[in-house]
Amino acid sequence: MHSFLQRGNSILAYALSVLACLTFICFASTLFLNYVTDAKMNTVKVVVKNVPDYSASREKNDLGFLTFDLQTNLTDLFNWNVKQLFLYLTAEYITPSNELNQVVLWDKIILRGENAVLDFKNMNTKYYFWDDGNGLKANKNITLTLSYNIIPNAGLLPNIFASGSHSFKFPVEYTTTRM
Amino acid sequence: MDVANLFDDVKRMNKRQFIYQVLSFGMIVSSALMIWKGLMVVTGSESPIVVVLSGSMEPAFHRGDLLFLTNYPEEPVRVGEIVVFKVEGRDIPIVHRVLKLHEKRNGTVKFLTKGDNNSVDDRGLYAPGQLWLTKDDVVGRARGFLPYVGMVTILMNEYPKFKYAVLACLGLYVLVHRE
Repeated sequence: MHSFLQRGNSILAYALSVLACLTFICFASTLFLNYVTDAKMNTVKVVVKNVPDYSASREKNDLGFLTFDLQTNLTDLFNWNVKQLFLYLTAEYITPSNELNQVVLWDKIILRGENAVLDFKNMNTKYYFWDDGNGLKANKNITLTLSYNIIPNAGLLPNIFASGSHSFKFPVEYTTTRM
Repeated sequence: MDVANLFDDVKRMNKRQFIYQVLSFGMIVSSALMIWKGLMVVTGSESPIVVVLSGSMEPAFHRGDLLFLTNYPEEPVRVGEIVVFKVEGRDIPIVHRVLKLHEKRNGTVKFLTKGDNNSVDDRGLYAPGQLWLTKDDVVGRARGFLPYVGMVTILMNEYPKFKYAVLACLGLYVLVHRE
């Protein structure tokens, strides 16, 4: 007869291998899906100030303020192997001192089952738009893009750009009034 | 299978068989080491698999989830990626998302990170006076995700006695058990 331990051991081993197999099927079934979708965005109000950045160097840096509109429908991205989407709105630009600057202005976590149809009007940014120096004033080409990081139940963690972007320019003068 | 039975096996072995058992035990240990070192070569990361130890990335990653990392020098760090980095004076690497990034013309990159579940960025976690992370701080970029599997490691680290018990049992079993 088999002992209690032997039975327990084989049940555990079998259960674990079934779980591993199912997890792999779940991963493989969504491996080649195309997760690109489109998003519409626009900036409403754009100003730039020149104030000391006490969170970093304490020197006077350019600080951009903007409000934005965002419209997208991410419902189709969800499937059985998408636990969560991490959405983020990035501003990308070039300054004389830096070849590439990327600043996340806003982000949002959408879990499966939550509303994934977004229509924001005149939203404030979630994070400060600090430049690393004074490169925002009169900057002619700031590109806003929406990306999302897909968090699966098990599998890869791709970062995907939504198609559709918006370019805007900052004013040539600093705003000195309080906002 | 009781303990007396276990040692019966050993008693019945001759010298050659016992050495064979010891060698096969050594084989298991060294092949585990080779797999780990081989993964380090393939992924370019000094620690290709990490266990999430804090809740700062919830709801994406919970304590005990497993992350697979790569760290290829030709793949640039970009905003929105999940990086694992080391901070001077902290033993445990941190898993957080890149929030801001500035890249100079000569290729030097500095970036700031934040945990999804934290309300502020990571400047308070960095070494005193450190404002940015650079490529040298990065252990790897999260590429794959597997839930729960790291729970075993967490259990072992929190209860060292449990770890030694498991290791002793496994070691004894391999040494004593006859193929």
